[in-house]
Amino acid sequence: MSVIYLLISVSIFVAICFFIAFIAAVKSGQYDDDYTPSVRILFDDETKINSQNNNLPIEEKQV
Amino acid sequence: MREQSCFHCGLSIEQNEEIDFDDKKFCCTGCKTVYEIFSSNNLTSYYDFEKSPGATPQDIKGKYDFLENEAILSKILEFQEGNTSIVSLNIPHIHCSSCIWILENLNRLQPGISISQVNFPEKRVRITFNSEVVSLKEIAYLLSSIGYEPYISLENYGTEKAKIDRSLTYKLGVAFFCFGNIMLLSFPEYFEMKEFWLDSYKPFFRLLIFLLALPSFLYSASGYYISAYHSIRTRMLNIDIPIALGIIVMFIRSTYDMVMDHGPGFFDSLASLVFFMLLGKMFQIKTYSFLSFERDFKSYFPIAVTKINKDASEENVAIYDVLKGDRLLIRNQELIPVDGILISESAEIDYSFVTGEAVPITKKSGDKVFAGGKQIGKVIEMEVLHSVSQSYLTQLWSNEIFQKKVDQKHKTITDAISRYFTPILLLIAFAGFGYWIFIDANTAFNVFTAVLIVACPCALALTAPFTFGNILRILGKKKFYLKNAIVIEQLAKVNTIVFDKTGTITTNKKSNIIYEGNFISDVDILVIKNVLRGSNHPLSRMLYDFLPEGKRAAIENFQEITGKGLLASVDGKEIKIGSGQFVDDIVPDGSEIEKTALHIKIGEVYLGKYTFQNQYREGLEKLFADLSKDYQIKVLSGDNDGERSNLEAILPKGTELIFNQKPEQKLEYIKKLQEKGQNVMMVGDGLNDAGALAQSNVGISISENVNVFSPACDAILDAAEFSRLNYFLKLSHKAIFIIKMSFGLSLLYNVIGLAFAVTGNLLPLVAAIIMPLSTITIVSFVTFMSNYFSSRNLE
Repeated sequence: MSVIYLLISVSIFVAICFFIAFIAAVKSGQYDDDYTPSVRILFDDETKINSQNNNLPIEEKQV
Repeated sequence: MREQSCFHCGLSIEQNEEIDFDDKKFCCTGCKTVYEIFSSNNLTSYYDFEKSPGATPQDIKGKYDFLENEAILSKILEFQEGNTSIVSLNIPHIHCSSCIWILENLNRLQPGISISQVNFPEKRVRITFNSEVVSLKEIAYLLSSIGYEPYISLENYGTEKAKIDRSLTYKLGVAFFCFGNIMLLSFPEYFEMKEFWLDSYKPFFRLLIFLLALPSFLYSASGYYISAYHSIRTRMLNIDIPIALGIIVMFIRSTYDMVMDHGPGFFDSLASLVFFMLLGKMFQIKTYSFLSFERDFKSYFPIAVTKINKDASEENVAIYDVLKGDRLLIRNQELIPVDGILISESAEIDYSFVTGEAVPITKKSGDKVFAGGKQIGKVIEMEVLHSVSQSYLTQLWSNEIFQKKVDQKHKTITDAISRYFTPILLLIAFAGFGYWIFIDANTAFNVFTAVLIVACPCALALTAPFTFGNILRILGKKKFYLKNAIVIEQLAKVNTIVFDKTGTITTNKKSNIIYEGNFISDVDILVIKNVLRGSNHPLSRMLYDFLPEGKRAAIENFQEITGKGLLASVDGKEIKIGSGQFVDDIVPDGSEIEKTALHIKIGEVYLGKYTFQNQYREGLEKLFADLSKDYQIKVLSGDNDGERSNLEAILPKGTELIFNQKPEQKLEYIKKLQEKGQNVMMVGDGLNDAGALAQSNVGISISENVNVFSPACDAILDAAEFSRLNYFLKLSHKAIFIIKMSFGLSLLYNVIGLAFAVTGNLLPLVAAIIMPLSTITIVSFVTFMSNYFSSRNLE
């Protein structure tokens, strides 16, 4: 019978956890710039390819 | 003819001037050098994201030497401890993904930089660097050398970092959290299940709902209580009074119901109300972080200037430390920060920041030079007459209009309605209470609170934010950027429009060039064009672009005499181009002095002159004709009345034209109009209009490049959209019309709700349905209507 107390308490607790995460995210300035990160995320792959390209000749020498 | 564009900057390449490098074509060595820097550092991916993303680097030798000065440096740096320094620089050229990429890879170009992060909407880059390896000055030069010149102005000097106000986001988050959870926990109540199993948990559910409602009631809604309190104190009934009253009554009544076990109360409606209203507030805020509406002279003036000491040594001093009698050194493209007397032989000063006039003015030794002008050409020396704050232009900012912080210049339309709404609401509530008190005291109390709860003008309060928020976004897409939503209401109230002349209704990009004089042969035109090629004077460039393309010819003995003209010889014939006095000893008479002209003499024959006239913006005539139907139009100009006859021909009859206006006189003129009861809109562009823009009810600044330049104002209009001004004004009228319609709609909901309330039948479930329903109808109605009107041709 008292399981409902437990369930509701757990659900509220989880909700509060997410709420705290949201507040922390706002505080860290995550929402201040909502455009640049969307562009930035596309760059990482590109730089990796670049560094791979740079490494290629060196590997050939080693072989 | 092949049209070619530069691989780096995308500008078209002039014939025979292209530079081939690495199989790519460049328009100048500057662009080529940037490409070389990138390719030698393995950064050519810069060109992969966007086609020709670059800018030609400008020659800025010596411009950032003041960054060596420790005192100035400490004012600019955001953070400094040990070796680690952080600086946040404004770079106007940031415009595409390539820009973000290259600026975030600065560490590959310059050792000592550890992190650089771009904030694209604000056009800023935040650089963390090791101050022992690299100095800020070196970083500034590095950025400039790759075409990303940072913009460091007096504004950066010593201002505390403004804290970002995120409280609305927090409040909205709290309100949403409470709203969602309360709704979930209220479900059993909605279905009124008479099951024993659920009934036994009722007190537990209700306690949780009560606890969840507390943060929403105490924190999220706190703004409304404060605003209501202020409005009572100033005796201006605004919309926040019935809202605050409704929320408080709702909370008390619900708590009472819950404690007495009458029912679940209205906590769900309370949470949804607070959430929706905060959402509306959020929607109304549309910021253009890359624009600034608060700029004053500080944004244009440099932080430091080069002072020449008595012993001829040079020193960088902060602008505020410049004293009367100091000698200053002003380089090419530098701004003159104070009034003074020119010591050097001559100077070419561009006052386009101040007046909007693009053609530079020539000054001779001993002439007075005013703050705000930009030196073009050689390095000049000047002696200071007034310190910064006492200079001719900057004195404008000591006017009281810049001192008082006007939060609300006038009552908003919502507040105007609530002046009637609040008393009527209270009247109904007391009438209901008075009627029921004789029948049943308990019902009387219920009716009284129910009226205040259901009439809580949630939909009414949401109308204006959603309409204005939407219109604000629509206008932003059409390149008309408003400071905030109140400006739309003010636009709709305008009945007088005052225009500045130079730079506002004229464009400073193009000039109308007319030749007057003897017959001039094609061969001569070609010779003139070739002579002009070597000159960098703006007038020469304009005439050069105006003359038809032709073959190149050899020019000998080319000489540019600053402030006078050009001297050269072609095929043994001497050619003179320049001022009348220089070319042929023409002493300008009264009418000549007002016109800008280049005189031509080939050999011993005086041919004639090219006159530069102000080019009015496209569509000006039609715009003025349209505007004059509904508005009084006036034109204020700082210039003399040389253009009067031209203007009178274009403008509708009866337009008032006033010339020779000083910045303060413009401000006074607007003030006088307002004292006569007019609602004045000022359209201007330069710093000399700043006073008038601030004084007017709506100040609109016209800008050729919105990122770089605009004085403090209420709205910034892209110069290319100038001819649509009438459309924007019409749209603001439509916005008010939409709001009035939706006020009617929301009052209808209030009447239905009141019918329930007065009869004593308001169940929590009814309230929980009516409130979100009215909100959703209103929001979709105003969004649909504003999109409909904006897409229609309103001419």
